[in-house]
Amino acid sequence: MNDQTPTHDERVAGLKGLGSSRKRVEDARFTQGKGNYVDDIKMAGMVYGDFVRSQYAHARIKSVDSTAAKAVPGVIAVLLAADLAPLGLHWMPTLAGDKQMVLADGKVLFQGQEIAFVVAEDKYALADALELVVVDYEELPVVVDPFKAMLPDAPVLREDLAGQTKGAHGERVHHNHIFRWELGDKPAVEAVVADADVVAEEMVYYHRTHPCPLETCGCVASMDKINGKLTLWGTFQAPHVVRTVASLLSGIPESNIRVVSPDIGGGFGNKVGVYPGYICSIVASIVTGRPVKWIEDRMDNLMATAFARDYWMDGKIAATKEGKITGLWCHVTADHGAFDACADPTKFPAGFFNICTGSYDIPVAWLGVDGVYTNKAPGGVAYRCSFRVTEAAYFIERMIEVLAIKLNMDAAELRRINFIRKDQFPYNSALGWEYDSGDYHTAWDKALKAVNYDALRAEQTQRVADFKAGKTRSLMGIGLSFFTEIVGAGPIKNCDILGMGMFDSCEIRIHPTGSALARLGTISQGQGHATTFAQILATEIGIPADQIVIEEGDTDTAPYGLGTYGSRSTPVAGAATALAGRKIRAKAQMIAAYLLEVHDNDLEWDVDRFVVKGVPERFKTMKEIAYASYHQAIPGLEPGLEAVSYYDPPNMTYPFGAYICVMDIDADTGVADIRSFYALDDCGTRINPMIIEGQVHGGATEAFAIAMGQEIAYDEMGNNKSATLMDFFIPTAWETPHYTTDHTVTPSPHHPIGAKGVGESPNVGGVPAFSNAVHDAFRPFGLTQSHMPHDHWRIWRIAEQLGLHG
Amino acid sequence: MKKMHIELTINGKQVETLAEPRELLIHVLRERLGLTGPHIGCETSHCGACTVDLNGKSVKSCTIFAAQANGATITTIEGIAGPDGMHVLQNSFREHHGLQCGFCTPGMITRAWRLLQENPTPTEEDVRFGMAGNLCRCTGYQNIVKAILAAASELNSAKEAAQ
Repeated sequence: MNDQTPTHDERVAGLKGLGSSRKRVEDARFTQGKGNYVDDIKMAGMVYGDFVRSQYAHARIKSVDSTAAKAVPGVIAVLLAADLAPLGLHWMPTLAGDKQMVLADGKVLFQGQEIAFVVAEDKYALADALELVVVDYEELPVVVDPFKAMLPDAPVLREDLAGQTKGAHGERVHHNHIFRWELGDKPAVEAVVADADVVAEEMVYYHRTHPCPLETCGCVASMDKINGKLTLWGTFQAPHVVRTVASLLSGIPESNIRVVSPDIGGGFGNKVGVYPGYICSIVASIVTGRPVKWIEDRMDNLMATAFARDYWMDGKIAATKEGKITGLWCHVTADHGAFDACADPTKFPAGFFNICTGSYDIPVAWLGVDGVYTNKAPGGVAYRCSFRVTEAAYFIERMIEVLAIKLNMDAAELRRINFIRKDQFPYNSALGWEYDSGDYHTAWDKALKAVNYDALRAEQTQRVADFKAGKTRSLMGIGLSFFTEIVGAGPIKNCDILGMGMFDSCEIRIHPTGSALARLGTISQGQGHATTFAQILATEIGIPADQIVIEEGDTDTAPYGLGTYGSRSTPVAGAATALAGRKIRAKAQMIAAYLLEVHDNDLEWDVDRFVVKGVPERFKTMKEIAYASYHQAIPGLEPGLEAVSYYDPPNMTYPFGAYICVMDIDADTGVADIRSFYALDDCGTRINPMIIEGQVHGGATEAFAIAMGQEIAYDEMGNNKSATLMDFFIPTAWETPHYTTDHTVTPSPHHPIGAKGVGESPNVGGVPAFSNAVHDAFRPFGLTQSHMPHDHWRIWRIAEQLGLHG
Repeated sequence: MKKMHIELTINGKQVETLAEPRELLIHVLRERLGLTGPHIGCETSHCGACTVDLNGKSVKSCTIFAAQANGATITTIEGIAGPDGMHVLQNSFREHHGLQCGFCTPGMITRAWRLLQENPTPTEEDVRFGMAGNLCRCTGYQNIVKAILAAASELNSAKEAAQ
């Protein structure tokens, strides 16, 4: 050691490890237009495919005539269900245990459903040909309302299931019924409800919406007939799962299938599922011997791939007159559309909706969910949330508000007296989860203080008085939300997708000169994995993050993993990364001991080196150890420095947070002006604060969109009324609010670095904050519940119905 | 369909290509000229991912025929960086975390590049209004606005220093 030796703190800073707001390594290529998204892929001989889609929501297909389409110069093939049937590919299994038509087999069940796949030399010939395919339809009665779908005389939607009284998740009680899922102690809850001082009852509807990433779904399939290898590039949030599904469906060995997710332009759950476009592109490539590209346009995306939500949540919440909650009852009618194509873990047909007891110590609860078919698009994906967790958070955070009205209590205080206390963790909820850690009271108090809650309430009281006195036409709402997420799916013992346990993985190679390559089973869609996973590893193995390359998304090179959705990357693959790093360090310690001629136990780890205990001048840096591992024979050790970890998480992680939105509403126009939005997140150990804040801004903006206007709407004929960005609300920079972020840190006790995941928290917590603000503004005038989205017209109508327009 | 001969000046270079009269500019840029920086997000001119600079104006290249652009001078994201490296705006987007998935970024930066020429000293409100034709699903815009304001101030300081 001499004066030139960096200090401990300088060495820590040089790593840019955990806790550093390291700038992103991805940005140089994205800011210069050098990203490589699926539509940027161009191959010799590549052709284009696209669908003829159904105009009707429910119809029999009497005939399809593609003669004129085939005559268009440049058209190569037109595939129909009959062409796929001999291969057994006209239907495909869904991730939810149902099956879905790849191409219409005799009938169509939703508007936009795929009928024919046309392949042509260029996009314009393709567009011409699509127009010339003639489909002869016989219209059938349409059902878009899940309650009407369950009436005895409702039209039969899924004729393929005729006579089947057993579904993938138990008994089917009606021809349009998919499953019933029940949890909890129903008699106990009913007894509590019957005897309670106070019971609040409400139907809470979380409307249908769509993840709508800016890049739509798409793929390029290329079958190399010489070596029998199929390569599939595409917008896949779970590339390994796609490989397994492709192998099971096609019979091609997995070793001869390579699935690659290139750069992905946002996913938000839209890119988890397997879509007809992927299957048809593969078949078309096999048939034509040429690479086939399929890219959705925006209308296809909003009409056909992966909607989210559409949950009718009927609730009863019981409490003492002092406000202590004694029980929760919830029945959900879940509209799944024409096929059950949710992307939930197999054993959870309603995802993790049983987190619906929220952040509260509720002694007894019951949950029943009935899944129902309607003539709407399939999906039910987790749009920037863990499986059905946004629905659950919205439900409980509305029920709390409704109960506060019934009790005539302040909703912040009602939350406080019902929170699970810090000393109750690990906490076993009435519906079966073990919450790993939390400190809700500290977070709540910090949030209320930060927004000066008491002063806001005083201002609101004055505003109501002024409104009633005719001095203003503006109302003020304070939207409270306290949420607990459940992410990081999940333990193999109860979490799988198509039988594949939901572990994740990391494989590390340390190069001789001390830089490193790490490959993971996940795939970034904007979360910045190449930046943050290198930070986790930098802290574990003492190699600067700038010298660690992260690779994901190529199944030929990356270890098997279940992909990125449900905020699982940090909780699962992040844990695998830390543990693989620890394996590297364990071997490095043995190498260092040999080089320093001491016993392994005589060494201690210090940032980037092993030091002989008590003799700080005797050490070997990771860089020196890496070199030694390749050039020196060390007795009893294999050469090289590599490790792999497959991580099966022992539990989920439970991030939480407190969000408060203040809103001014013009009673005469229904225009809501977001005055402020405060977001406190506790995601455990913070890896990169800059990226966490960015995730919160983005997720809260998606929550703003959903709560305040975004909707996939159908008319009674099953026409999708919201299939363009003219009708489907995506906020611009102009109307998007400004966010103030804050945090507390309660590390996960079971995660190797204590991290919990954050990407989806702001959507989960944000939707109730915005919606509760609207409700709160009208609470003094008698409003208890009004369904989202709270667009200007709907807010205006609330005021109208409450008689505020005079 | 008979193709037209189209001449353009793109990112300072003269290029010529054949295209059908009905071909959209974005398709010609991406498919015929290999400029895959501008992206397609909606094809209805709502999202702005395809924004290019055409004769000194921000234009959504999904809603103009290539034939209409014949003879035009076009700058795409590929032409924003100078010979000395990344443009101030590109660095500023990185510095302030103004991007996540990167799909909207080429259109965003191309639009911001023109905005700062139209108004070199914008307020936050000017930036939010001036960027409202470009959608982002990841960032919530807060850091995009921050990046553009920071770039404006850096460009102005550089200009003052030069004078």
